[in-house]
Amino acid sequence: MFPELIPARKLRKMIDAGIDNLVSAYGDMLDKAIQPFIDLLVWLEQGLRHCPWWIVLVGVGLLTWTSSRRWQLTLAMPALLGFIGAIGLWDQGMQTLSLMIVATGLSILVGIPTGIVMSRSSWLRKVALPILDIMQTMPSFVYLIPVVMFFGLGKIPAIIATVIYAVPPLIRLTDLGIRLVDKEVLEASQAFGANARQQLLGVQLPLAMPNIMAGINQTTMMALAMVVIASMIGAKGLGQEVLMGINRLEVGRGLLAGLAIVALAILFDRITQAFGQRRQQQEHPA
Amino acid sequence: MKIEVRNIYKLFGTRPEKWLDDAKAGVDKRELLEKSGHTLGLRNINLNIEAGQIYVIMGLSGSGKSTLIRHFNRLIEPTEGQIIVDGKDIMTMSKRELEDFRRHKVSMVFQRFGLLPHKTIVENVAYGLGIQGVSKSIRHEKAYYWLDQVGLNGFENQYPAQLSGGMQQRVGLARALATNPDILLMDEAFSALDPLIRREMQDQLIALQEKLNKTIIFITHDLDEALRLGNRVAILRDGELIQEGTPEDILLNPENAYVKAFLQDVNRGKVLTVGHAIKQPNVTITTNISPQNALKKLQHHGADYACVLESNILKGIVTHLDIIKADQARDKNITRYIHKVATISEGAELQSVFPQLLDNKQPIAVINQQDEFKGWLSRTKVINLIQ
Repeated sequence: MFPELIPARKLRKMIDAGIDNLVSAYGDMLDKAIQPFIDLLVWLEQGLRHCPWWIVLVGVGLLTWTSSRRWQLTLAMPALLGFIGAIGLWDQGMQTLSLMIVATGLSILVGIPTGIVMSRSSWLRKVALPILDIMQTMPSFVYLIPVVMFFGLGKIPAIIATVIYAVPPLIRLTDLGIRLVDKEVLEASQAFGANARQQLLGVQLPLAMPNIMAGINQTTMMALAMVVIASMIGAKGLGQEVLMGINRLEVGRGLLAGLAIVALAILFDRITQAFGQRRQQQEHPA
Repeated sequence: MKIEVRNIYKLFGTRPEKWLDDAKAGVDKRELLEKSGHTLGLRNINLNIEAGQIYVIMGLSGSGKSTLIRHFNRLIEPTEGQIIVDGKDIMTMSKRELEDFRRHKVSMVFQRFGLLPHKTIVENVAYGLGIQGVSKSIRHEKAYYWLDQVGLNGFENQYPAQLSGGMQQRVGLARALATNPDILLMDEAFSALDPLIRREMQDQLIALQEKLNKTIIFITHDLDEALRLGNRVAILRDGELIQEGTPEDILLNPENAYVKAFLQDVNRGKVLTVGHAIKQPNVTITTNISPQNALKKLQHHGADYACVLESNILKGIVTHLDIIKADQARDKNITRYIHKVATISEGAELQSVFPQLLDNKQPIAVINQQDEFKGWLSRTKVINLIQ
């Protein structure tokens, strides 16, 4: 037996009590703070679910066209979404889609500023990198427990768990992208008297954009990987179908929902990638 | 004086102030690195740069030249020392003053161009004006003007990556000029270009400078370029100033073995001009001199010929024999006997006279831009200078 240096039972009790205290002290405040996101999510979800399906398809088509300017892709992406509807999962698909959009939006809101701050301070970077590693490797069930305690069951804890899991690559790639900006180009902007804001908006962010787009792409992929887990704490949608498939041993149900998730993944991946690629083609024509 | 550089020291490392005294005491660069982990960037640099000059700072890699040029707009801060521009020490400027200084007074051209890859050519040229807050229509108008000046009209809406290196550097030059700065910093601006394009860019810079009369600080590792462009040249080695002077000074009086070794591969025929190889004429006479007097003058100097001037303009030469003939023919003056001679401008490259020297036994006259006679081209001097 390994000698028990730290009394495990006591430690666990301490952590539990600490979280309990936090929940009773700040739970209400957090609920209020998160309310706008609930509203946004509900609004988006209702919008997508009540919108006639063909408008959604046309919308996806338009988005694909603006990002890629390739007509094959512009036809393929709505077709992919149409496939989800065709196998009878339209409603669940829209629920998952809105969850994804909010989670990705929140990740961008958190991830890009964090990445920018990290790129400016080597000290902060040293602190942040291990934290990001923990966020990515810690089994997501572990932080599902406190998240559920804070926010209860439903969409919000699902989104927060998703963001915790999905945001690290975006932070990393934003930081990396800014650090990789050609030193001479940055020097040039300084030499012309650009202040910190002008350097960031005019040079650093635009030049880091391919990396940031890659980060957003990664984030959406990781967020999709979370949908089944999110459904366990009450997020409705495609994940729930898969979960039901497992519970009832219905392979067909699980497979179809799984395919629909894959279809959504391809949709997100192609559209975000196309954004990044088209910019690069402009700057570096073959 | 436009720019005065006073006692600039630069140490790279974590605690430069601590080792500054060693740098001042003259501890060798390598020794300092070993004992302190600090790299000596610059040691006691003093320069005086006059307005309207092209001032070349040259040295090999690691000599500190790129470090030094970044002090002029404080992209790098010195460990100690001042740089005084128009009477104001730029090291004392606040952040806001410095931004203003960089926006209006000084701009920079970079070795690898430093263009913004995501902006079009015209947006790149207008970049400095955009930083100043100039409205879009005005800054584009100015950008078009400067693109035209560097010969790049028609490329306005391309992206930098679509242009060749030489064209990209023209964009860099136009961008630097668009803010109408007094001072232009050029950090190895032409070093990344191939030789033909480099030559072209040098010519363009010289032509622009004749019109604009900026104060240009030009960094290069290429001595030919330094001697060709510079009104004055400073040579750096290991962060120290080795020699400073006009190109001719440096070429004709190298201060030490290092500079001498440097100069070995220089094509002197290209740098030195005919003006450096002038010998004064022995005898000059005017067109209306009488043959008798001319004869006396020649005999007095023991010369074979005399050059004939009329208010400093060379008419030609007359030989001893010609004057005797004139005397015998009882001519009033020697006008009939003047032989034309070949002339060459004093600003011409020395190497351009080699062919003439080879197939011309007659003296070659050197004249200045106003066609005034400066003297004869000395064959001996030419050979001595070239060696």
